[in-house]
Amino acid sequence: MFRLKQQAKESRTRKETGVHATRAGQIRVQKDVSELDIPPSTEVSFPDPDDIMNFNISLSPEEGYYASGTFEFTVHVPDDYPHKPPKVKCTTLIYHPNIDLEGNVCLNILRQDWNPVLSLSSVLYGLQLLFLEPNPDDPLNKDAAELLKRDRYEFQRNVTIAVRGGYVAGTYFPSARRR
Amino acid sequence: MQSTSSPGQPPPDVPGWSPGGSLWGGLGHLLRHSSPLSQQLSPEAAADTESFLRTQCKLLIIGAGGLGCELLKNAALSGFRDIHVIDLDTIDLTNLNRQFLFRTKDVGEPKATVAADFVNNRIPGANVTPYHANIMDFDKDFYRQFHLVIAGLDSIDARRWLNAMLYSLVERDDEGNPVQETIIPLIDGGTEGFQGQARIIIPSLSSCFECTLSLFPPAKNFPLCTIANTPRLPEHCIEYANAVLWDKMKPFGNSKLDTDKPEHTNWLFEQAKERADHFGIKGVTYRLTQGVAKNIIPAVASSNAIVAAACANEAVKMITSIANNMDNYMMYNGRYGVYTYTYRNEKRPDCPVCGAPALVKVTAKGESTLAEFLETIAGHPELRSRKPFLRTSTGKTLYAAAPAHLRKATEGNLDKKLEDLISSNMELTLSDKDLPFIRTVYVSFI
Repeated sequence: MFRLKQQAKESRTRKETGVHATRAGQIRVQKDVSELDIPPSTEVSFPDPDDIMNFNISLSPEEGYYASGTFEFTVHVPDDYPHKPPKVKCTTLIYHPNIDLEGNVCLNILRQDWNPVLSLSSVLYGLQLLFLEPNPDDPLNKDAAELLKRDRYEFQRNVTIAVRGGYVAGTYFPSARRR
Repeated sequence: MQSTSSPGQPPPDVPGWSPGGSLWGGLGHLLRHSSPLSQQLSPEAAADTESFLRTQCKLLIIGAGGLGCELLKNAALSGFRDIHVIDLDTIDLTNLNRQFLFRTKDVGEPKATVAADFVNNRIPGANVTPYHANIMDFDKDFYRQFHLVIAGLDSIDARRWLNAMLYSLVERDDEGNPVQETIIPLIDGGTEGFQGQARIIIPSLSSCFECTLSLFPPAKNFPLCTIANTPRLPEHCIEYANAVLWDKMKPFGNSKLDTDKPEHTNWLFEQAKERADHFGIKGVTYRLTQGVAKNIIPAVASSNAIVAAACANEAVKMITSIANNMDNYMMYNGRYGVYTYTYRNEKRPDCPVCGAPALVKVTAKGESTLAEFLETIAGHPELRSRKPFLRTSTGKTLYAAAPAHLRKATEGNLDKKLEDLISSNMELTLSDKDLPFIRTVYVSFI
């Protein structure tokens, strides 16, 4: 067994191998970023290549209600990642049952179902899913959710107007058409 | 602490001390008797151990709160004398029921100072040095002076930091094996309501805190959709004010929410109350607002006492070798009885703190380009990295093969000379899509 009674700790040539204390979260992010599995409809960009804790996601769904648009997100990874989930905001004004007009995103793995074994790739997949299958049972934008439940053709019409640029239910949505 | 007596003899400045007698006699007894669980020490070795404990051993206790008070008392009564204690907090009235080193007159004073004074006055021979500071204010040289660290912290962040700090103090010999004298064991206690844990972390030998990070239940979080649309509980209303309204209304300009500021908490409380009234929900109080916003969990004095006792017990065993240490994690649950179970947490090979193998040394010419250096890394038998993502330990991205945007942003570095990008004897962090682990690459220029 480990015995602690040590001799005086003489100074020796320091060959410290440890990672610096505050960087454990960053190292995990580096690993996550190098392993990012980026779906074809998604672009990931880093405004400052040295700052890997902040990046942007640009999503252009290939099918579904939102197929004609491109939607931007910012991702901020906190220092206590992966204990805490990354913070995701939608910076495109969007008509979506699970995203409100302030850009808050209701995605289970970003809040109550986050788990340290998930990774940044999981977040990308989660966002994909949100666009392929908007979930009206878990709404942030209640009006959009109710409409989707009641009449999905009408819902599609509203989405199309919002993506093209125009008024839906009194709110003006700037164009988010795919570039 | 000065001791002029020969090893094993009672230090003259300590009244009531005699081998086998009162205050610390029990330890002398344990050291001088054999048992099926430990080898008997020779009289010289026993005296030597006692002398080490009294005159040389430096113990660091982190936290002087619920666990910290217990730990300080236990350590000082067990014979540790040169004890240092760090706590950044001041004493609050609500601490007094369980943090027994504090009295009403101490409210508002630093916990570390008051606790140290109390123990120094009460326990003969104890020499406690207080630091009213954050653990992150101290550098490697500070932590290096201790033989053992016991932590009674209340946050995962602080534990992660401390774990990585102690790990970073481990030095390695030429074969890459850890040098024993540089290993500082950490005994970590923690409680939450009726539950608790005590664990031993021997940096580089046992599993570390980071290895088992994923075992922690995620912080309690309410679904955003519920708090936004269908609040049912007073907590939902408070969380709404906290998570949604603060950013939207910016009541104090751009300042971030600081739950230690009464005006901030009060604003949350008023907003939550309004929302609760609107939805007909009862029970939003200022206290609950504080509790939810600060994530306060009720502290149970007996949990602290049990966990601190386990920690102190392990500390004594570790310093004196009177018995083997537990291996290496004890959980305690006092909710439906008194249940504890001890098991071994295993090291995780891909742990970002302790999982990386002894660093890989690479030599390179300072005037060679980054592209040439990447070829060296691709051909290096211990690395073989063909899709490298290389960052310096200071947080600069040198090159990323993926994702595409990052590659384009860093491609410009490929033709630059190494000496213009990094300095010699620098640590680089290497990850790779095809490598299961992160590697630390130590570059020296030739």
